[in-house]
Amino acid sequence: MQAFTTFTAVAAPLDITNVNTDMLIPARFLRKPRDERYGSYLFHDLRHDEDGRLRDSFVLNEAIYQDAKILVAGANFGCGSSRESAVYVLLDSGFRCVIAPSFGDIFFGNALQNGVLPVVLPEAECSELRAWLDANPGATITADLQAQTVSAGDGKVRRFALDPLRRERMLKGLDEIGLTLTRLPAIESFEQGYAAARPWLDR
Amino acid sequence: MPAEKPSPSNPATPSTLFEKIWNAHVIEQGSADDALLHVDQNFLHEGAFLAFAALRREGRTVRRPKQHFAVADHYVPTLGREAGIAGVTDPEVRGLIDLLEQNAAWGGIDHAGIDDPRQGIVHVIGPELGLTHPGMVITCGDSHTSTHGAFGAFAFGVGASQVKQVLATQCLWQRRPKLLRITIDGTLAPGLSGKDVILAVIAQIGAAGATGHVIEYAGSTIRSMSMENRLTVCNMSIEAGARAGMICADDTTFTYLHGRPFAPKQQHWDAAVSYWRTLKTDDGASFDREVRVDASALVPMVTWGTNPGQGLPITGRVPDPASLSGDARRAVESALAYMGLKPGQAMDGLPVDRVFIGSCTNSRLDDIRAAAAVVHGRKAKIPAFVSPGSTQIKREAEAEGLDRVFLDAGIEWRASGCSMCVGTNGDLLKSGERSASTSNRNFEGRQGRGARTHLVSPAMAAAAAVTGTLTDVRRLLAAG
Repeated sequence: MQAFTTFTAVAAPLDITNVNTDMLIPARFLRKPRDERYGSYLFHDLRHDEDGRLRDSFVLNEAIYQDAKILVAGANFGCGSSRESAVYVLLDSGFRCVIAPSFGDIFFGNALQNGVLPVVLPEAECSELRAWLDANPGATITADLQAQTVSAGDGKVRRFALDPLRRERMLKGLDEIGLTLTRLPAIESFEQGYAAARPWLDR
Repeated sequence: MPAEKPSPSNPATPSTLFEKIWNAHVIEQGSADDALLHVDQNFLHEGAFLAFAALRREGRTVRRPKQHFAVADHYVPTLGREAGIAGVTDPEVRGLIDLLEQNAAWGGIDHAGIDDPRQGIVHVIGPELGLTHPGMVITCGDSHTSTHGAFGAFAFGVGASQVKQVLATQCLWQRRPKLLRITIDGTLAPGLSGKDVILAVIAQIGAAGATGHVIEYAGSTIRSMSMENRLTVCNMSIEAGARAGMICADDTTFTYLHGRPFAPKQQHWDAAVSYWRTLKTDDGASFDREVRVDASALVPMVTWGTNPGQGLPITGRVPDPASLSGDARRAVESALAYMGLKPGQAMDGLPVDRVFIGSCTNSRLDDIRAAAAVVHGRKAKIPAFVSPGSTQIKREAEAEGLDRVFLDAGIEWRASGCSMCVGTNGDLLKSGERSASTSNRNFEGRQGRGARTHLVSPAMAAAAAVTGTLTDVRRLLAAG
């Protein structure tokens, strides 16, 4: 996993609540192998009409947001399915950070597994950021995981929280399997005790 | 380490079902909110190809193959199944079904392929085969893994990276969730089911109403429900944003499980049950939040919008955005536009194009019986099909003659799979078509680009099939 320390990029305001995983990547693309095409599936059916034409009305189709790599979205971002491809489409399009008032639980976990930082800020701060981006299209935002802050050109520095263990792994880009396997003796000892107390599991 | 009994909770400190399961699975406490948990059972479907590919690329192996089970459900066709894999014409789909079998064989994992008598939707066959036990931690690369919580297990969906971790290590770092108890009391009126209960719950708390929480469902309505209906309730916990849903195991649970292929064998049965009986929420245990629902006041539910929280009683009318402001107003306007509905429009009588009865939410024998009871002696006015949740359920329903009830009404009787819930096998609506569907998500495009989904119970779906409109099923039941 790519480490995440600090990231500065053009931020796009995505004024939609309940952005679900079917919006992030429609189910018909889930059969595709993990390759360089994933970026093209991002928000596919919001970006394109049924004839394949780009919709002018969708924010990421605007010229000013062609280099956007941070999203500031509405509440419950990434709700819905467990498809990790909902994170791959962001990552492969260069998005390393999504800022929202809340996230779908599974999406939140999947993002952390892939070096994409989900930043939870209060609803009012997200609205304020989107309004500022609307007034300053193409402006950049910096997400700093070390300091746990989001700063924008409006001069305000907004703080966010993340579980310390998860923050540490993200800062170092640690592989969770490697980390877990260093605990193998503890795992094996746990499993022996667990199985002995549950002979019905028969494993 | 000496054998120790799974520790019953200390009666001095009342604890919840969730806490008992969590504590019994902690291998190491990472931080205050994060622990390394043992995973009892992981389920795999065709979508696991991403996890297997990464696992093999990293040169890792499956650490405890007997704690995994693989089944083909997401991509299997519901027609032409007599031919087995040879009947799958789409090479990409066939490749995914084959790949699951190859990966399972590589990992030494038991696998139910397209023509296996154990085949079915993963969240249907786990319970059906007796793989799902009370007290377990269960994972699967599918958000509806919450279904298994109906057995008093902690079951949750994970992405490909965490599927890979469970395959490689049989454990998982997990953030400890908050706890929400939803107490549902009262007797459901005839014609109502677990689906109406959960749609009403989500309409009440919202599509993000339980984010960051595990839900425990309690109360007299839940206690008197069949396992099938409890599975439906827990299944849709994720649609309220919950990590998982759970229900304390009781005699209904044990009776369902007894004698199933992977249930505890007879010589261990009593010991298992006596442990499972300790896994109940103690009186006085505390929750972060509590919600109460009066089930006796419920009427059949239907969703009108594009998230499962946008639900109404069938007697209701869609909201008027003019009465709202800000984000809420925009969300309703956008949902109404997509769904082709007008503010204040009545749900009862809305014409529907197609009916789907199936999915991990509503495809079990109870569900099929409820739909058949409405269809019996009537004819479908619109195209409709039933996809039983497993090959075994299909056989059981046929043994009861239920397939004839549907076929005589002009409703297709198909094979088992995820089918039109997610459409990855090609079972899709056309753009602009409106469905009454027993599945779990009414997201834009979920059943096909431009398709409009109304989530309902099996009885309500059957009522829509025989009338051609969203219809209050209680009228049909009263008419006999």
